[in-house]
Amino acid sequence: MSAPDSREVILEARALTREFDGVKALDAFSFKLHRGEVLGLLGANGAGKTTAMNCLLGLTLPSSGGLYAFGLELQKHRIEILRRANFSSAYTSLPGNLLVWQNLLVFARIYGVREPRKRIDELLEMMEISHLRKRVTGQLSAGESTRVNLCKAFLNKPELLMLDEPTASLDPDIADKVRKVVRRVQRDSNCAILYTSHNMKDIEEVCDRVIFLHKGKIVMEGTPMEIVERSEGASLEDVFIKIARDGEIVDAAAAKLAKEESV
Amino acid sequence: MNFRVVSALILRHLFLYIRSPMRLVELIFWPVVELLIWGYLTMFIQENTTGDFPRIITYLLGAMILWDVIFRAQQGVAISFLEDVWTRNLLNVFVAPVRTSEFLAATFGVGLLRILITVAVLSMMALALYSFNVFKLGWTLLPFFMNLMVSGWALGMISTALILRWGQAAESLAWAVPFFIQPLVAVFYPVSAIKPEWLQSVSLALPPTHVFEGMREVLSTGVFSWEKFGWAVGLNIVFMAIAGSIFAWMLTMTRKRGLLTKFATQ
Repeated sequence: MSAPDSREVILEARALTREFDGVKALDAFSFKLHRGEVLGLLGANGAGKTTAMNCLLGLTLPSSGGLYAFGLELQKHRIEILRRANFSSAYTSLPGNLLVWQNLLVFARIYGVREPRKRIDELLEMMEISHLRKRVTGQLSAGESTRVNLCKAFLNKPELLMLDEPTASLDPDIADKVRKVVRRVQRDSNCAILYTSHNMKDIEEVCDRVIFLHKGKIVMEGTPMEIVERSEGASLEDVFIKIARDGEIVDAAAAKLAKEESV
Repeated sequence: MNFRVVSALILRHLFLYIRSPMRLVELIFWPVVELLIWGYLTMFIQENTTGDFPRIITYLLGAMILWDVIFRAQQGVAISFLEDVWTRNLLNVFVAPVRTSEFLAATFGVGLLRILITVAVLSMMALALYSFNVFKLGWTLLPFFMNLMVSGWALGMISTALILRWGQAAESLAWAVPFFIQPLVAVFYPVSAIKPEWLQSVSLALPPTHVFEGMREVLSTGVFSWEKFGWAVGLNIVFMAIAGSIFAWMLTMTRKRGLLTKFATQ
């Protein structure tokens, strides 16, 4: 058993449950995300990742359980928390009819960024997309659009960043660049990141710790390497497929221990 | 309420209008068409009849311009919301530190800008083509204008709440909602013309009715009715409170049912 993490808890879910028409999309889901940590949330389609992310963002209210960020209850201190957080998803976009700098300026003002133009220039340069500054957002390629979305997510130097499949639909080269930038920003700012992806390479490269969800419940938790070892799989992708196909809890070490104890 | 956040949300819409001149055309095109049709029709009737028609022209054109204040204010709120839906930006806004009150205040601001543009163009055209000067209403124009704008905002909040609840399938409500009340608020005719008579009570319970009745009184007698103004203000306060509560209730319900994300990413 690993020692308790002494770092500051940035985000915490306590027995979070969300039901839709009697079906539990999330079932007593609990976790802690610490400062400086990148936590991967994994699971097949319908496992509960999106519901979890939506609850964490305050877009969906949980049926029961508690959510806390920076030690504050999310529902009561939503605005205070969101000022210190940010979000990017492959499934949302910035208004396509505005220029890139216009979109970023609007969000910089919403988040109260000081010297917004300077910050925007810094981020565009970091993402290697300074040349897109005056381009119409809706005319960008998927890769360019993702990087602009990430600029928006980094605008306020968030202490908590939620990234929903940031490399979806990107070619391997751009996906690699995105992973490196995310890792660099995380190292430089020591922020906490909650990361969902279906790309196991993403998870292995970016995440310090991983939670596997199945039918709304946590079925495995640990570092990517620990999970592969414990499940006796060849790779993280193997573990993912096993869980997705039969939902079995593939924690072989735990199962072995349980068997020994019963004997 | 953080005015920096409100101004940022309004800035997004200003950028949109500057970048898409066709949106400005949309603001002006239909009101101008309506003004031309009503104006020419009343001029034709005037030339072929005798009696009290010059005053009726004034009523009709005044009513038409003031009705557009309600419609544009309502559109400002509903279309600003739909712009975020159409561009799949709604989630970005809802997960940003934006209070519901700030989001609504920004849509009210956009509504005000839309009205100013439309009314300015219509007033100039009415003066040039039909010698109708909307400013003949004098200082009374301002309280009329403010009351109608607030009624438009209330209708805008109700339209947005319905779209939130029923999703994009209910989008047409963004255009239709003001017309649900139009026959009842005595825009082009007095309350006494509404039949059956019990509908007149319904009409008097709606704030714009008192504005249109008040406008006709100013144009025919030159007297500003403080009583009608008082009724309009009082009813508008009640309507804003009801509309705000409906919006807040629908927003909470969409969050409870998890509809917000489905709606925002569909």
